[in-house]
Amino acid sequence: MAVPDIEVAPVDEGFWTRTRKVGLVLLALGLLATVLFGALATGEQARFTLSEDAAGAALEINGTVGAILFGLITLAAGAAMLAGLPKRWFIPVLAAGLVAFVLSFLCWQVSAAPTGQNFMPLVNIVRGTFLLALPLIFGSLAGVLCERSGVVNVAIEGQLLMGAFSGALFGSISGSVWVGLVAAAIGGSFISLLLAVFSIRYLVDQVVMGIVLNLLAVGITGFLYERLMQTDAARYNSAPRFSNWEIPLLSDIPVLGPALFRGNIFLYLALLLVLVIHIALFRTRWGLRTRSVGEHPTAADTLGVKVLGLRYRNVLLAGAVAGIGGASYTLALFSFTKNMIGGKGFIALAALIFGRWSPTGALLAALFFGFADQLATYLGAINSIIPGQFLAMLPYLATILAVAGLVGRVRAPAADGKPYIKG
Amino acid sequence: MTNPNPQPGSPDKEPASEEQAAQNALGNTERAEAATTPTAPQERPTLGRLFLENLWAANTFTVTLLSLVLAMVVGAILMIISDPDVLATYAYFTARPADAINASWTLVSEAYANLFKGAVFDPAAANFNTALSPISETLTYTAPLVFTGLSVALAFRGGLFNIGAQGQATMGVVLAALAGFLLPLPPGLHLLVAVLAGAVGGAIWGFIPGVLKARTGAHEVINTIMLNYIAVYFLTWLIVQNGVQDPNRTDAISRPVDASAQLPRLFGDNLRAHGGILLAVLATWAVAWLLNRSTLGFELRAVGANPDAARTAGISVTRTYVLIMVFAGVLAGLGGSQMVLGTTAAALTPLVVAQIGFDGILVALLGRVKPWGVALAALLFGALQAGGNRMQSYSGISLELVTVLQALIVIFIAAPALVKAIFQLRAARAARLQTSLAKGW
Repeated sequence: MAVPDIEVAPVDEGFWTRTRKVGLVLLALGLLATVLFGALATGEQARFTLSEDAAGAALEINGTVGAILFGLITLAAGAAMLAGLPKRWFIPVLAAGLVAFVLSFLCWQVSAAPTGQNFMPLVNIVRGTFLLALPLIFGSLAGVLCERSGVVNVAIEGQLLMGAFSGALFGSISGSVWVGLVAAAIGGSFISLLLAVFSIRYLVDQVVMGIVLNLLAVGITGFLYERLMQTDAARYNSAPRFSNWEIPLLSDIPVLGPALFRGNIFLYLALLLVLVIHIALFRTRWGLRTRSVGEHPTAADTLGVKVLGLRYRNVLLAGAVAGIGGASYTLALFSFTKNMIGGKGFIALAALIFGRWSPTGALLAALFFGFADQLATYLGAINSIIPGQFLAMLPYLATILAVAGLVGRVRAPAADGKPYIKG
Repeated sequence: MTNPNPQPGSPDKEPASEEQAAQNALGNTERAEAATTPTAPQERPTLGRLFLENLWAANTFTVTLLSLVLAMVVGAILMIISDPDVLATYAYFTARPADAINASWTLVSEAYANLFKGAVFDPAAANFNTALSPISETLTYTAPLVFTGLSVALAFRGGLFNIGAQGQATMGVVLAALAGFLLPLPPGLHLLVAVLAGAVGGAIWGFIPGVLKARTGAHEVINTIMLNYIAVYFLTWLIVQNGVQDPNRTDAISRPVDASAQLPRLFGDNLRAHGGILLAVLATWAVAWLLNRSTLGFELRAVGANPDAARTAGISVTRTYVLIMVFAGVLAGLGGSQMVLGTTAAALTPLVVAQIGFDGILVALLGRVKPWGVALAALLFGALQAGGNRMQSYSGISLELVTVLQALIVIFIAAPALVKAIFQLRAARAARLQTSLAKGW
């Protein structure tokens, strides 16, 4: 029994177009930034250093001036939208307005930090953003692969966790990072295989299956962690780690260089995968077939595409991608602990939806969520009055706003979550 | 708005003999829903024979039982492969297979025996109190699961998938605890207010996805997942605020709930079973009445079965969606409130609701989204949880095995065709085993 979406009320094309509504929101944000942030900011210089600490070159601005200035930019963007902006300018102006709002906020926060801490090390921020976004990127790419071919993947969390676990376990036993990496991919695929078999062969509801598989993954990895890894950590939970690879020339770019081009294999792999999946999805035969199976499987079948086979393949591939994402923890940063993914799989799901089921959108959403996460850490370090928990809520709130249609319309592939029965 | 997909054709729906449908000796409650009009049977076989025939058919009872067996087999395999000593005996399996089999049997049978002793009855119990202790533990774990299970089941019947029971329970526990230690009220009234506060917390958290679904068409699965996490972060923020945090502690724990707001214990002070289980039975009855006897229940089921037809018949689908989610939230919130008003804990901690919301999804599916089925499923899960504790302390088998068992049971019952194929079950027409709703975002 598929529940069809409720009919959405026809978009009011009177005076209050979407651009004007968003403009109103921006105007409010701009007012908030100019008045409140401007008033709360101090006269201290807010320094954005291009290094990892207070030293070196920096972009500087007086806190109060910066907060008010950037707030006014947001106001201007909102006003422009309210005045009736041509459609093609919508995205750039919206982006400018939001970025200015964030900058105004930062000017306030950095200038109001305890004396001596009025700086924000940009290298750390950018590096942290990418680091925290890594599992999200892998996870949401796994979602893209699954859902573009019409299988809902709520099991991202379980795939990440299983990947992290098997990467740690087999990496430790073999003593080789590469064995660990392959094992992580296989571990993620194992959860995917269950998802594929039960949802494609046995027609179990895909969301139900995803939820159950998450619990299964938590259970199995937690059980084996307590039985094996806790009793003999040296043997089972001390996987070797990938070292950082420095890319010559590129790593000398200020800020981006040290943050992006001195990373480990997972960082490069994630960025490469976004590119590869984007090209594959929109420029190759496989991509066309995947998308058609996700939108209209009956039509694809009529044209000779093997719907079920393609779905099996994509779901397994998704598991491998998510599994590698899980290994970005255990083969690079930490040793395995119980339930170590801790909800990142669900943020990845949010990134997938927020990024509108496209690889590049997912990347941007994952980076946005990673930035929010990193900002929470930074604000904690400077004793900000903004509680970190509220920044941590941001990804989830943003997703709710997105699916409610407040920030543009998000639409899932038409056949997403619907089993295909031939004939 | 037509549904392009045919109803997932369950391989179970092969026609069986009409006698089986007409006289399901197991008293299958789902019989009434099987849309068959049994023709008069030519000759009536004896009741005993029918019972035997149906015992090995793919009906709800048998499939559930066999799913449990299958899950325990997988659990046993996990125990064996994670025990280095037992695994070592498999190295010389061909030379002395008895060693390996004996070692495995000892390990697995002891673990499951402890599971049983911790959940149902320990033959070695010395006095009445210790004999009652396993049941008391089981009931303690069962009570909140009944509520979250009912919450998910109710939404399912109305065609909505409430993954947000976890978040609704979280908001329920927050408000119940706040009412429990902030309000100075006399005993009795205090408890009532705290329980109601829990219901209100859940209701708010159910209302949001409900109204978003009704107004904008935003999918409730996405929104409830997101709201689960927002609730958790809200809880972790709230705990460390002045007036909420326990003044004597530096870690994240709130003040304890006043004794006047605690649910009364059922079997004396040494046993943990509390009045929540009575509320749970009451709630089950209420939900059963709501679904099967009330106008709202009829509208709810109509919307769940076919929203378009319901709209044509004059039922306000949007209003029903909002009401369903509010009711689901109330139930989950009540379940959450028991986590501080009962005997599990008295203060808020970041993990105070444990997994009851997610377990509620499993419970609802295992209970075939029927109120009394949900109550029985919650009892089974409660028993597994209680027994798991003893298994962990006596046999050293991690409690996580219970999570594995629970997940596996639900995987198997969700795919009855698999269980049927493994055990070569006969097809049973009376059983409608397809629990899935098969829908997308």
